[in-house]
Amino acid sequence: MCLAIPGKIVEISSDNKDSALVDVVGVRRRIDLGLLQDDQPVPGDWVLIHVGFAMSKISEQDAADQMNTLRMLGEIDGAMQEVQGYGLEDAQRDPEIQ
Amino acid sequence: MRSEIRKSSEIHLRQARKTDARNAEIRMRFVDEFREPELISKTAEEIRRLAGKERHHRMMEVCGGHTHAIYRFGLKDILPDNIELIHGPGCPVCVLPMGRIDDGLSIAQDPDVIFAAFGDMMRVPGTQGSPLEHKARGMDVRIVYSPSDALKLARMNPGKHVMFFAIGFETTAPSTALTLMRAKAEGIRNFSVFCNHVTIIPAIRAILDSPDMRLDAFIGPGHVSTVIGCRPYEWIARNEGKPIVVSGFEPLDMLQSVVMLLHQLRKGEAKVENQYKRVVPWEGNRAALRAMAEVFELRPYFEWRGLGFISQSALRLRDNYAEWDAEQRFQVPGIRVTDPKAAQCGEVLKGVLKPHQCKLFGRECTPEHPIGALMVSSEGSCAAYFNYEHRKAALVNSLTSIA
Amino acid sequence: MSAPAAMPSEPARVRFRDPQIEMAHGAGGKASRRLVEGLFAPLLFGNSPGPLGDAAVVDINGTKIALTTDSFVVRPLTFPGGSIGELAVNGTVNDLAVSGAKAEALVVTYVLEAGLPTSVLEAEVRAMAQAARTAGVRIAGGDTKVVEHGKADQMYITTTGVGRLLRGVTIDPSAVRAGDKVLLSGPVGDHGITILLARGDLDFEADLRSDTRTVLPLVEALVHAAGPGVRWMRDPTRGGAATSLNELARDCGLGVVLFEERIPVRDTVRGACELLGLDPLHIANEGQFLAVVAPEYADAAINALALAPGGSEAQVIGEIREQPAGSVLITTLYGGSRIIDMLVGDPLPRIC
Repeated sequence: MCLAIPGKIVEISSDNKDSALVDVVGVRRRIDLGLLQDDQPVPGDWVLIHVGFAMSKISEQDAADQMNTLRMLGEIDGAMQEVQGYGLEDAQRDPEIQ
Repeated sequence: MRSEIRKSSEIHLRQARKTDARNAEIRMRFVDEFREPELISKTAEEIRRLAGKERHHRMMEVCGGHTHAIYRFGLKDILPDNIELIHGPGCPVCVLPMGRIDDGLSIAQDPDVIFAAFGDMMRVPGTQGSPLEHKARGMDVRIVYSPSDALKLARMNPGKHVMFFAIGFETTAPSTALTLMRAKAEGIRNFSVFCNHVTIIPAIRAILDSPDMRLDAFIGPGHVSTVIGCRPYEWIARNEGKPIVVSGFEPLDMLQSVVMLLHQLRKGEAKVENQYKRVVPWEGNRAALRAMAEVFELRPYFEWRGLGFISQSALRLRDNYAEWDAEQRFQVPGIRVTDPKAAQCGEVLKGVLKPHQCKLFGRECTPEHPIGALMVSSEGSCAAYFNYEHRKAALVNSLTSIA
Repeated sequence: MSAPAAMPSEPARVRFRDPQIEMAHGAGGKASRRLVEGLFAPLLFGNSPGPLGDAAVVDINGTKIALTTDSFVVRPLTFPGGSIGELAVNGTVNDLAVSGAKAEALVVTYVLEAGLPTSVLEAEVRAMAQAARTAGVRIAGGDTKVVEHGKADQMYITTTGVGRLLRGVTIDPSAVRAGDKVLLSGPVGDHGITILLARGDLDFEADLRSDTRTVLPLVEALVHAAGPGVRWMRDPTRGGAATSLNELARDCGLGVVLFEERIPVRDTVRGACELLGLDPLHIANEGQFLAVVAPEYADAAINALALAPGGSEAQVIGEIREQPAGSVLITTLYGGSRIIDMLVGDPLPRIC
């Protein structure tokens, strides 16, 4: 039910726009793009592959955003603690964090 | 033991940084970034901070793939003790009644029938043995990676009939649907589907309706949600007051989902959030839902192993696909097989009991000779617990420091 | 598998209870072990309590020779990187090498299916001859049987090898101690994934070759540099490195702890495993070996392997500890861990 892996579209079949060759670190397979007919991918796009079908396009922007959020985890609170150390009363304080 | 493992890993990390720059390289894109060890450690620290000490948080991960990820990445080792992960019923192999396996295999007794299924099904026992055991006795059984491979087998073997034994939740059902649409369009008649597709929402409802259930939050299915989107979970937050975060499967995905759940729990909120944004659209995949609606309809009720009969919880082929419906083309015995009363699968499935609390666990019921549903698939709670937790429990003494 | 050589006393009790033989019994995992330990060992190997190794050591009038046998059943017969003929030579040479012996001579038996084209047989025999030359081993004789069409997958080959024990090394799992290092000569899983893809059932393609080769030169380099410190070696074939290491953990009663990011694996093997839900540690190799080396010899050992031809990808992948006794644990840089067991039968692709 759950095993789905990101792969890059290498080539779309010329006689069948629903058939594409996808590459996962050097492993290649023909997959079916029929579930993405509302948002046709093009070569170079990354898709999520499950049982030989593309389920979804992978948004590089959302992935990058997620990494940024993760990297900043704890940093906002760290900055907050520093600010509080300066004794500035009107600094926004989330009562839960302390 | 956890602090020892953490201490070891710090030494480990320092050594690795000195000797091997390869660790930082991203080889598998959209996978390795979400397995970055330093970020994982940092996120785990944030979880420890947010989880505090007083409250005990019970979170259920619904999907079998998440259960597998938890064990594969050893996530329990880095979560604090007061976060308890309860394994949910989202394992389509585990919830398949034995009678359905018997039914599928009985159709394939015909020497002109090829039984095709995913690898996951091959060792699942029916009353007369598993598909692989039937293969050993002469049945034509093939492992396929995709339903479209099963259709290809039908094209390549015009003298035989290929019966695809379909399992899976809404992640997999659209692919089966599209394959059937292609079979119909091409007029391929020596192909049929024995459909065991089930839907996830009724399973979650069954968990929440259970009187013994005590859960604080849900780690929501990731890949099912690429099809159904996030809206179907809104009643969990609105009516039941439980936060739910739709989560990816890499370690950073699951840990970030726990962070998001903790934030909601601390604020007393209950809403649906999408952690797996890079892949899950809030509205789901319309083309996939269309394909499913074209080919499938809901069965009035269906038996779930360990959970009993649940209404409107499973799919069958519509009448205009009757010719490709194995249950209509062939005589199916339809015998019900009940699990031994001593097997407490239902309670473990609902998170009421831990696997080792079932009387049969590790004795009559093991991965090698499974008696109950949750031992048959490697991602079933009992099998996962047996393979991974059980022996780590013996690791009581500290790991010696790395030389 | 071979037993410490001892004359069987009265037949011991058969403990094998499975009613029929399944494919799993040949896969090298738990079911295989049940068959060997429960049926073959009690009836054939007498009551010798020692662990089963890759080769037997036989004492003939004071001279010790190593003796081993292996059969080769593979579909397809030829695949990128090799063919059944090469496996048949390298496999037996390697079993002897990891038992601390240099193969001197092999004998070979062929079971051939009627209808097999002569050109196919000739190609395999040529491949064997070449592999034997490369490995420096003599093929001294053999036997042939032909069975009816349909009774053998084109051909089955068995090779039996004898060898001289190398000086300066004694393989003995009971000598393994906590603190010893676990070494691996190169990437895991190349052979098994190559075969899986070559069968064509799953419709994947990759630029990947079987790693079949003789590991004797690497073993000799290891022994030369670190012989007194080498405790145990094994070549992980069916069942993968996980199976070999579980056997070690059981035989020495200690824990094997691996560092996940140090385990060498090619990208394509990893990609195929991720796609199919397989673990590279359960996938067969045919040209690599594991070694357990005392810590004071570990640096010399890994350097010797890394400098030897074909050993550049060798790594220290873990170490022996008291716990988890009898099991294999993989740890990650961020502190996660999991037990890795041997499989019951062949690894199966999964979708869940």
